[in-house]
Amino acid sequence: MADNMVPEENGVISAAEEKIAVATQWQLIWWRFRKHRLAMAGTAVLALLYLVSLGADFLSYVDPDESEAQRSLMAPQPIHWFDGGKLRPYVHPVKGMRDPVSFKRVYAPDTSVKVRVRLFGRGYPYRLFGVIRCSRHLLAVEDARPEESLFILGTDVQGRDLWSRLMSGTRTSMTIGLVSVTLSLFLGVFLGGISGYFGGLPDTIIQRIIEILRSIPTIPLWMGLAAALPAHWDIVQVYFAITIIISLIGWTELARVVRGRFISLRQEDFVMAAELLGCSKVRIIFRHMVPSFVSHIIAATTLAIPAMIISETSLSFLGLGLRPPAISWGVLLQDAQNIQALVISPWLLIPALPVIVAVLAFNFMGDGIRDAADPYG
Amino acid sequence: MRMPQAAGAPEGGCPPPAASPARSGRERDQKGMASYIARRFLLAILTVLAISILSFTIIHLPPGDYVTSFIAQMSASGSSVSEAEAQAMRTQLGLDRPIYIQYLKWMGLILQGNFGMAMEWGRPVLDVIGDRLTLTIVISLAAIVFTWALALPIGIYSAVRRYSFLDYAFTFIGFIGLAIPGFMLALIIMYVGFAYFGANVGGLFSPDFAEAPWTWARFWDLVKHLPIPAVVLGISGTAQMIRIMRSNLLDELRKPYVITARARGLDETRVILKYPVRVALNPFVSTIGYLLPYVVSGSIIVSLVLSLPTVGPLLLKALIAQDMFLAGTIVLMLGVMTVIGTFISDLLLMWVDPRIRLGRR
Amino acid sequence: MENQNGPLLSVRNLKTYFFQDEGTVKAVDGASFDVYPGKTLGIVGESGCGKSVTSLSILRLVENPGRIVQGEVILRTTGGEELDLVKLAPNSRRIREIRGAEIGLVFQEPMTSFSPVHTVGTQIVEAIRLHSPVTVGEARKRGIEVLRSVGIPKPDRRIDEYSFELSGGLRQRAMIAVALSCNPRLLIADEPTTALDVTTQAQILDLLRRLQEERGMAIMLITHNLGVVAEMADDVVVMYLGRVVEQGPVDDIFHKPLHPYTKALLKSIPSIDSTPRVQLPTITGTIPHPYNRPSGCPFHPRCDSVIQGKCPVEEPELRDVGDRRRVCCFLYGPKGDHEA
Repeated sequence: MADNMVPEENGVISAAEEKIAVATQWQLIWWRFRKHRLAMAGTAVLALLYLVSLGADFLSYVDPDESEAQRSLMAPQPIHWFDGGKLRPYVHPVKGMRDPVSFKRVYAPDTSVKVRVRLFGRGYPYRLFGVIRCSRHLLAVEDARPEESLFILGTDVQGRDLWSRLMSGTRTSMTIGLVSVTLSLFLGVFLGGISGYFGGLPDTIIQRIIEILRSIPTIPLWMGLAAALPAHWDIVQVYFAITIIISLIGWTELARVVRGRFISLRQEDFVMAAELLGCSKVRIIFRHMVPSFVSHIIAATTLAIPAMIISETSLSFLGLGLRPPAISWGVLLQDAQNIQALVISPWLLIPALPVIVAVLAFNFMGDGIRDAADPYG
Repeated sequence: MRMPQAAGAPEGGCPPPAASPARSGRERDQKGMASYIARRFLLAILTVLAISILSFTIIHLPPGDYVTSFIAQMSASGSSVSEAEAQAMRTQLGLDRPIYIQYLKWMGLILQGNFGMAMEWGRPVLDVIGDRLTLTIVISLAAIVFTWALALPIGIYSAVRRYSFLDYAFTFIGFIGLAIPGFMLALIIMYVGFAYFGANVGGLFSPDFAEAPWTWARFWDLVKHLPIPAVVLGISGTAQMIRIMRSNLLDELRKPYVITARARGLDETRVILKYPVRVALNPFVSTIGYLLPYVVSGSIIVSLVLSLPTVGPLLLKALIAQDMFLAGTIVLMLGVMTVIGTFISDLLLMWVDPRIRLGRR
Repeated sequence: MENQNGPLLSVRNLKTYFFQDEGTVKAVDGASFDVYPGKTLGIVGESGCGKSVTSLSILRLVENPGRIVQGEVILRTTGGEELDLVKLAPNSRRIREIRGAEIGLVFQEPMTSFSPVHTVGTQIVEAIRLHSPVTVGEARKRGIEVLRSVGIPKPDRRIDEYSFELSGGLRQRAMIAVALSCNPRLLIADEPTTALDVTTQAQILDLLRRLQEERGMAIMLITHNLGVVAEMADDVVVMYLGRVVEQGPVDDIFHKPLHPYTKALLKSIPSIDSTPRVQLPTITGTIPHPYNRPSGCPFHPRCDSVIQGKCPVEEPELRDVGDRRRVCCFLYGPKGDHEA
């Protein structure tokens, strides 16, 4: 942009132009990305969600697996933040009784008693980042009896606190997306690259495979694969098996993008120039071609993650994905399958919200990256 | 599950100009069409074969077989099965032969129209599936029609009136549709229907028609129940299609032939609808092939939530019970149905895009 | 009473600006010229000087974020009335009647000027039926005739072909055919030969000349190729950065150029008579970025006759210097020191 003035006549190039003239590709992309408000919002939301994933235990106040039939299906109990004008958060203990007419368990808060809620208080022990022993939580009720604890989002049918479970579920669901997309990325880039760069027979074969995979309805396929997992596998094994299953279909989209890029780049003059200079094939691929579409790959990858999250949620919802005692959004939503139960305890549907928010955030961010990387695309 | 992004030009991309003298138009058309149809058909057959192998493999992945889970069931309810009985069952069901023999037997039977016995029901598989497959096709088609009817005009409008209020509104709704998976939407709708209207909005038939034989009245009852499943299934596909149509059309609107059309004196509406929309339609039509597996796939889970008598709930039960013939047949049929649908969409694409008809690679 | 000698089309001080986020691009910044019936006007200039936008502005084909902000485009209709095209609403019936029927447009890129999914015939027939109440059959016959008249062999077959089935030269002929199908009195040809090889280029130019003779049609020929202008034009307009800098009959422009830009352009044409092994003269500097227009005279940073203190500050106007010549330069005119 600033290459036009005849120096002797209009020698001064403005500072802004100078900055643009020497900016690297990544700086330019970042500047364009910044202008995209939705994308920035999405990125902020995702950062928040991943922070939650990191500090899931810190943010919970009760062991997510601790069940207590006494407090099954309790409605969300609000925290009262101000006590007599001062910031002293407290909750009312909840008494459960059996309603003599409907035989359902009903809960009533005992407003005469105030149970202090401590910020950064002591709660159940856990390992921060899986390593450091810790027992401080963001909110805690110290030495609480079962009826005297926090229940910000209520409890499920087994009396387990939904908020704490949601924190753990966020951690699982957000990371499963990352792991499976990494696998898809490797498969997609590798196969797409071979297909695009070499063309000919490998291209035809890989293309046909991709087409066949894409015309198969995925859910029955996943259901089949997931149902085939031995029931005695532990949580971690199941977790990894599910990520592998999900990524087996997801790679086709990335492969298509990579292949398309390689094909169009193959014909570019700068590639031919590099060949004429005597560069080896490897050098051409990694030093010349790849940098021009890395940003597209990042965009495509970001846009592939929400699909993975939805897949895992769907499978777990069906009971074929992650199973209790593992906790993920899908597992939490399993409790919401029964409509009658849902009407009585609508808070069971709350785990649907983070799914929607995460998917939207990833889509916005991915769109932003894609637009920033290729404004003409 | 995500839909593909805008598909590019049809296979092969932009064709080079011809220098040879034109043969008669009809001759040209036919030759091009024939080779195209032949290629797609071959691919369809290959896909069906791949699906059959895949589905058969899946069924056999879990350790143990039907007899094992049968024994487990029996012992759970107190009775036991002797070794000899188990062996006899195996031989009777043909479960003791090597895998590839079983597969070939299965394929052979299928080609004769015999899909085997659903072991748990004790009835032929076809009986058990009944009209569930037809209903799956019906709601999938309804969802696709809904998707098309909505995505096309909205996509066109969004491209032509870019950055207008309605464009932003549609984009927003589109994002919502994209973010909420079908089954979640179904859950929400069911909940809202139940909690606020006391109505059960699920199911495809009213109670009286559920098991009745087919009559016009039953058909009409079905149609009355179609909107909710169609919307739930179709909405995320719609969001994607709107984005595809919008971006394709935006690309085309910039091209010179739109200006030349205006320069001829054509009015704005026809300029848009007759030219760039027509061109943008090509990649749009080509994505229908992928819309179908997506919709069929989604219908599985949505059927569970909405209690629709389609193939979905049946498949789940069959998989859990490891009922080989039933599950395998369902997956095969779903796959074949999808392949047929994709093939039809290929034919549609051929009709719509003259570049394919004329045999350009 | 119809004035046969008056101009068919008069462009007066046309200004078309593009309002974008990063700034305003003054694509056409005060262009004035006339096109006479039956004559060819050549518009010459480097890429980006606003030639194409001028032609689009005449037919009101400029789209958001572009807009005609000032000026007049006066067309003398067949009825003798003078119609200012700028005053018409952008897609009104009146302007649509004029498009195609009175003024035809031929584009540079024939490949993308045709719809890839419609036959050539569809597009010709549509053009014909838009402006005359004929049946499809009749329109098709006329279409075949006009295809024949532009020199396309076997027009009855070609009319049913798609644009990608024709070779480059045939496609451009077809493009011309579509533009001529309703017998316009003015044909605007925007770089009609740039995308063609030299032989085909010559054929197309011959075709245009022949059509002009047969139909008494005026041609506005836009190009950056001075050779084409020399061959085809009767009058020449030289544009730079959206302004007309010089205007006049073709011979005068080529043999007695006035504006420093015109002189520099002509000097930079390599000729068979020029001294071999000597560096070709070029114009110093490059075309300024549209967001960064120089102050004063737009050409002054690259001009070798620049008047310090005047040219970078004030903007010269296009003024008559006699003999149907006009120049936009301080070197000529009451404020300048030199005479034409």
